[in-house]
Amino acid sequence: MSTPTLDKHSAALDAAETTAAHTISVTFRIRRFNPEVSEDARWEDFQLEIDPKERVLDALHKIKWELDGSLTFRRSCAHGICGSDAMRINGRNRLACKTLIKDINPEKPITVEAIKGLTVLKDLVVDMEPFFQAYRDVMPFLITTGNEPTRERLQSAEDRERFDDTTKCILCAACTTSCPVFWNDGQYFGPAAIVNAHRFIFDSRDEGGEQRLEILNDKDGVWRCRTTFNCTDACPRGIEVTKAIQEVKRALITRRF
Amino acid sequence: MQIHKYDTVIVGAGGAGMRAAIEATKRSRTAVLTKLYPTRSHTGAAQGGMAAALANVEDDNWEWHTFDTVKGGDYLVDQDAAEILAKEAIDSVLDLEKMGLPFNRTPEGRIDQRRFGGHSRNHGEAPVRRSCYAADRTGHMILQTLYQNCVKEGVEFFNEFYVLDQLITEVDGVKRSAGVVAYELATGEIHIFQAKAVIYASGGCGKFFKVTSNAHTLTGDGQAAVYRRGLPLEDMEFFQFHPTGIWRMGILLTEGARGEGGILRNKDGERFMEKYAPVMKDLASRDVVSRSIYTEIREGRGCGPEGDHVYLDLTHLPPEQLDAKLPDITEFARTYLGIEPYTDPIPIQPTAHYAMGGIPTNVEGEVLADNTTVVPGLYAAGEVACVSVHGANRLGTNSLLDINVFGRRAGIAAAEYAATADYVELPEDPAALVAEQVERLRNATGGERVTEIRKELQETMDANVMVFRTEQTIKTAVEKIGELKERYRNVAIQDKGKRFNTDLLEAIELGNLLDLAEVMAVSALARKESRGGHYREDYPNRDDVNFMRHTMAYREVGADGSESIRLDYKPVVQTRYQPMERKY
Repeated sequence: MSTPTLDKHSAALDAAETTAAHTISVTFRIRRFNPEVSEDARWEDFQLEIDPKERVLDALHKIKWELDGSLTFRRSCAHGICGSDAMRINGRNRLACKTLIKDINPEKPITVEAIKGLTVLKDLVVDMEPFFQAYRDVMPFLITTGNEPTRERLQSAEDRERFDDTTKCILCAACTTSCPVFWNDGQYFGPAAIVNAHRFIFDSRDEGGEQRLEILNDKDGVWRCRTTFNCTDACPRGIEVTKAIQEVKRALITRRF
Repeated sequence: MQIHKYDTVIVGAGGAGMRAAIEATKRSRTAVLTKLYPTRSHTGAAQGGMAAALANVEDDNWEWHTFDTVKGGDYLVDQDAAEILAKEAIDSVLDLEKMGLPFNRTPEGRIDQRRFGGHSRNHGEAPVRRSCYAADRTGHMILQTLYQNCVKEGVEFFNEFYVLDQLITEVDGVKRSAGVVAYELATGEIHIFQAKAVIYASGGCGKFFKVTSNAHTLTGDGQAAVYRRGLPLEDMEFFQFHPTGIWRMGILLTEGARGEGGILRNKDGERFMEKYAPVMKDLASRDVVSRSIYTEIREGRGCGPEGDHVYLDLTHLPPEQLDAKLPDITEFARTYLGIEPYTDPIPIQPTAHYAMGGIPTNVEGEVLADNTTVVPGLYAAGEVACVSVHGANRLGTNSLLDINVFGRRAGIAAAEYAATADYVELPEDPAALVAEQVERLRNATGGERVTEIRKELQETMDANVMVFRTEQTIKTAVEKIGELKERYRNVAIQDKGKRFNTDLLEAIELGNLLDLAEVMAVSALARKESRGGHYREDYPNRDDVNFMRHTMAYREVGADGSESIRLDYKPVVQTRYQPMERKY
């Protein structure tokens, strides 16, 4: 038998394993909007008894399932992979399913509102179409010429690593809708589209870099970025978004990528 | 009500749906109807990899892969289908690479491969490196790559359209697919999609369990739609419980963690899998590992104050390896448990993960109306379908493979069928069933709540038809589900509006879960043996004499309108491999 290695528990593990029920009272202040009922948006408070280790998404579900079935938001996987539930929580873009209540000061009311810069359709649901259109506009697919090899294309581990960070994007729109430039000008491609262009521009197998750079050289392209780093702060996947945008800008100047 | 006409309609935009769409769009006028935006599909949550005997890092071949798949499925696998799966795996992976998928690479620049549960060298000698992967986000990369190629091919999507009914028209005594009925979330409008061919690729139904790796949206809508129209569901009693879900939350921690060297330990720190699977140890098949975990827990060797979980120990692996190969799951441990997997073991328990059963199809993806008759124009692929390549237990990395191999096959077959077929006449008042369902829920005033019924359903499923089952527990579940179905008739919703009414859709989804849970429990009750993911403590052995056969469950409606489930059985296709006792 292997030697036991688990004789000492960290305090964090003990805390994670506790089964003692612990709930606190938290106020959620949610921005409501339903044009079927009223053209005006309003704030509504909900008081909950909830375990602070639960997610904001759990709280929204508790409200929807127990207090007000009309509260509307998108969600699916509930663990930060599908990108459905980006919202503005206490003024910052986050995924509701990756934000634990204890981490956002439950002593004060927690505000929840739709992400900014896209049209709100109902409560926390926005029109994602302009966002996905910008994504589609950067030609987010591998472009190659010549005959396909019989086996896989070869790519060194270093070349693969070059664009690893930007392959993590889940298209949640947290970055794009945290960008002040995008808020003021919806024509701007926005960080997410540039991230996804980066993912291909720096892929050694791809031959469409020049075309994508031309698209991003547009007046609504990368030059609109003012490096406020909101996007990097907002990314729930930890992508260095601003750095990726800078690398695309540099590639435009040097034409080397 | 709007009526649309397409050659091919695909229901669902996960891996199987989009792989089908790439083929179908090239060959026919195709629409993809999806209840989520395509990149939100749960394929994106798959982590560890996609199996293919590329032999990039060590000796391997598709025949060994076929054998492992058949053995992993406890011989309930249709062996002709498993052979196709393993053979076409190689081109499937290469196709994805050519579409742009960023696989991890070997030092020579080839696609890297790693170990995974149940995949072995030469018929069980030792673990083999067969899983092609992209860190621990292989599913994410497959979903993104397929969506990117759908953008490239100009695939037409109808996002946030919920398909709620399958239209069948009987022509000369033959049931034919005429199209589907969809509900548009944004507007509440009902749409009819008349189509020459329909492909279901709408995923699983794991949300009838409480502790599950499945998304909130995995509610078996596709299975329920065809089942209600009198078509059978195959092998629904076989559900996979993945050994390593985050304790209580069920969030998946990939088997790739054990493929990279992670070890399961009980409260004494013992590597207990050595007792249960001396050769494959922590990399035995998932059903074996999940039962072993619960045996440890039942015998008092579980961890934590209540002894209700065990540990996944990665602390002996170098942090650089965890960062490079398992970045997402280590992040989950930090985010949701507040622990550091470099130094802390991770509390885990088995989590309801994957439906081996589903809509029966042949290897071309054509849906079956009984053991042999095809429903012209109707196809299914992926978790919603049962080919059956997974039999009684799916091997890890075979589902990302399944969606690519059979998604592609269904896409080609459906589009080719549509190229020569005529439209089948729509039934009279095609929207009737959905319109009635929606109106009834919108106007309901009963006292029952969706959340309460769903909670009770999930609790009874976890308690009674999970890893261990007996006649008594299954009967308890059947009875409880019956009671919940009665109560569901009185369910009411609060949101009466048309715009983005997710309150209404959750009620409809619950109805689907109830129907499918009942099929699962009734199928499980009749299978008086233990095989793969279906373990009966009162019948602990496999019984090839009586149960080497697929279950086929049909919904029957009596003259008085009463519903019941009729079970029938279908032979298993055996080619190369005779059933043997399964040891790891």
